[in-house]
Amino acid sequence: MSTPLKPLPAWADVALIPLINVTAAFVISGLVVLAIGENPIEAVKILIGGALGDLEGLGYTLFYATSFIFTGLAVAICFHAGLFNIGVDGQAYLGGLGAALVCLYLPLPGYSLVIVAIPAAALFGAAFAAIPGYLQAKRDSHIVITTIMFNYIASALMGYLLVNTLRNPKQMNPETLPFPRGGTVPQLFELLKPLGIVWPDTPLNLSFFLALAAAVFVWVLIWRTRLGYEIRAVGVNPTAAVYGGVSPSRIVIITTLLSGALAGGLAVNVILGSEHRLVLEFTAGFGFVGIAVALMGRAHPVGIVLAAILFGVLYQGGAELAFDMPRISRDMIVVIQGLVVLFAGALEHLFRRPVAALLARRISQPPI
Amino acid sequence: MTSATGAPPAIELVGVDKSFGPVHANKNVNLRVERGVIHGIVGENGAGKSTLMSILYGFYEADAGQILVNGEPVRIRSSREAISHGIGMVHQHFMLVPPLSVLENVMLGAEGGPLLKAGAKAVRAQLAHLAKVYALEVDPDAIVGELSVGLQQRVEILKALVRGAEILVLDEPTAVLTPSEADQLFDMLRVLKSQNKTIIFITHKLREIMSLTDRVSVMRRGEMVATFETSQTSPPELADAMVGRKVILKIEKAPARPGAVVLEARGLRVKDDRGVTRLEDVSFSLRAGEILGVAGVAGNGQSELLEALAGIRPLASGEIWLNGAVLPAAARDPKAMRRLGVGHVPEDRHRVGLIMPFEACESAMLGFQDEKVYGAGLLFDRGAIIADEAAKMEAYDIRPPAPRLKTANFSGGNQQKIVLAREIERNPAVILVGQPTRGVDIGAIEFIHKRIVALRDAGKAVLLVSVELDEIFALADRILVLCGGRVTGERLPEETNAQDLGLLMAGVEQAA
Repeated sequence: MSTPLKPLPAWADVALIPLINVTAAFVISGLVVLAIGENPIEAVKILIGGALGDLEGLGYTLFYATSFIFTGLAVAICFHAGLFNIGVDGQAYLGGLGAALVCLYLPLPGYSLVIVAIPAAALFGAAFAAIPGYLQAKRDSHIVITTIMFNYIASALMGYLLVNTLRNPKQMNPETLPFPRGGTVPQLFELLKPLGIVWPDTPLNLSFFLALAAAVFVWVLIWRTRLGYEIRAVGVNPTAAVYGGVSPSRIVIITTLLSGALAGGLAVNVILGSEHRLVLEFTAGFGFVGIAVALMGRAHPVGIVLAAILFGVLYQGGAELAFDMPRISRDMIVVIQGLVVLFAGALEHLFRRPVAALLARRISQPPI
Repeated sequence: MTSATGAPPAIELVGVDKSFGPVHANKNVNLRVERGVIHGIVGENGAGKSTLMSILYGFYEADAGQILVNGEPVRIRSSREAISHGIGMVHQHFMLVPPLSVLENVMLGAEGGPLLKAGAKAVRAQLAHLAKVYALEVDPDAIVGELSVGLQQRVEILKALVRGAEILVLDEPTAVLTPSEADQLFDMLRVLKSQNKTIIFITHKLREIMSLTDRVSVMRRGEMVATFETSQTSPPELADAMVGRKVILKIEKAPARPGAVVLEARGLRVKDDRGVTRLEDVSFSLRAGEILGVAGVAGNGQSELLEALAGIRPLASGEIWLNGAVLPAAARDPKAMRRLGVGHVPEDRHRVGLIMPFEACESAMLGFQDEKVYGAGLLFDRGAIIADEAAKMEAYDIRPPAPRLKTANFSGGNQQKIVLAREIERNPAVILVGQPTRGVDIGAIEFIHKRIVALRDAGKAVLLVSVELDEIFALADRILVLCGGRVTGERLPEETNAQDLGLLMAGVEQAA
């Protein structure tokens, strides 16, 4: 018996539905803005203008987007294997530890330091993800539960290390000494200055291009390699995967390792690219935003890059909005982000049925 | 509108038409189902039977045409409205909640108030009444998930009856049943008929049509092409009407010329996932150039046998010999068995043999994804993957010949051909085939049977597991019968008959 709901054409699935979802989130947000007595049209102008209106805003937007691309990819690669990695935040946090240890303790000359620090961030992120991955693969401990717990472990561990072991002794703040210059990812304005191009001083750094490369890597991996094929097979139908000679437990472990490594990219962007020292709670919950990004981007790298930029706009534009409209507090921005997550993630199927019904009248394909 | 006897037909469809985009699923369909008869509807997969029944049950609305129930024109827009007109549906895949009891399942959606007690009492009384009138006995307090498939189906029928169904639609009800369960179902349906219930029975098994129905309508490519009195038609006539051409139901095959023993099982003992022994002391040998048929009621260890031989399920004890050498446990994973030349067409193509959301060309390399033909380096060669499947689709007449179409969008027969093409084209020395024609239309059955015989004639060793005795008789050169995980007998097809095998399948061991 065929289901009455026909699958949507690809373009509607990838572009139309997310667009409708985001529009709905903005309409509701507009009503909330109206309710607290501000002009929603004006608010949107400030938000978009603040995020994209000038190069400085754009720089911050893309800086945030870089973090979201990494965490979104980390969540998405696990989605493909049927796993829900909620521990991206903790894995990124540990990734920061790896990067910091290299930058602070390895006596490497010049930028060779950062060349080692980047893989170290990935390695530490992967190693921290390996434990829940192993427990899922071999002990059937559900990865959702273990990764949530591991976020707390990461938080407690890093708090301890930053207060007791790694802290800059001349400081009260729980943060390390600044990294040497060779231990930083160059920021865009530094690179463009010698070329005579004026780019405002923003934390946007070369990690942005690393994130785009990671997106291409994930796409190739998932859709063009044997490992990706096996990851998708395990994610969709583990029984068939076993029949096809694939070991699901091996795939689960490999996928969580890759996910943890991608999570380390968040540390590369924030710690090596902007803070230039290890600070407490630098992940700022971006690992969780990655879940929303992956959902909204439908676990596809192109969708993730677009969703990450949207969330970058919300972060940067939201900060501007809180500054320019006193009645709209920082919390209001969280409400708007929450609505986007709600419509794009939790309620992503809300408009699916009406859209499918609308399209079915003219273009939908019949059962074959 | 009235029939010759004066009573209006239970169901009448007039000019029902339904299109999905460019595909015309039902073309101006007319159907009259008289009250108190068993009316069969046959047709190949994709002939439009399910669409028609979905319209009758309110899943789809027809683009044009009329539905009359007891002579009254009605509009059915939901299953709730269908039920209110006395139409009940028994789906091929049951709509039951396994952890709940029979009583709770029957009540579901008709609880009769916020507190269950009163409703439960009423439904319990109704169940007792139905058990008496229709001999439909089920323990109301049994947990549905623990019942056999046949009893679960009975619960589905009870659900419809409790809701006041006068007209029962059964969509391929025997696809999931063992032969004895199917017989019980037929008895049940005959009792229902004797109580003046109307039954619409959808199938593509002609034997069931012949033994059960009073009338039969044939659908082909969305059209209702013919309606016969069952007593005045024959399987060949129905098959002709279904496919629009002559179909050879009996496969022509030369006597087998068996060669050397290729595969040998010695004292196999296999446990299922819950640790229950499902196969005990099973030994047999399989020669090149023969088809060894494994008969048995479903669930008597055939699945575990196939899984063990394919390397999916570990042996608790026993040995598997291939080409005269024992296979160590380490060499028995699915990948290794494939490399050793053991092909496997699994019983369940939906759950095991294919990955439904994948493109057909991707499903068509499952198990062989490591092969160089799909890309020599790190990356897949998409062009080669698509071209390889396009060639197989041509050779196996897989329709539509679209390698990039989602696997789930092919009909059952074409999905099965995707699996067969994948396994056969590797030229395996041994091929394990489980239920090759389950849920497959007649045209494809013929094609698949011919391929299996061709494999044998090419000197391959074929192990065929089937619960369809017709299939075993049509193909096997030697028959092994499994019951309760043990071999209860071995027969040559020319020295046995269905009755003899039936006894062995029921566990009655006897000398040949």
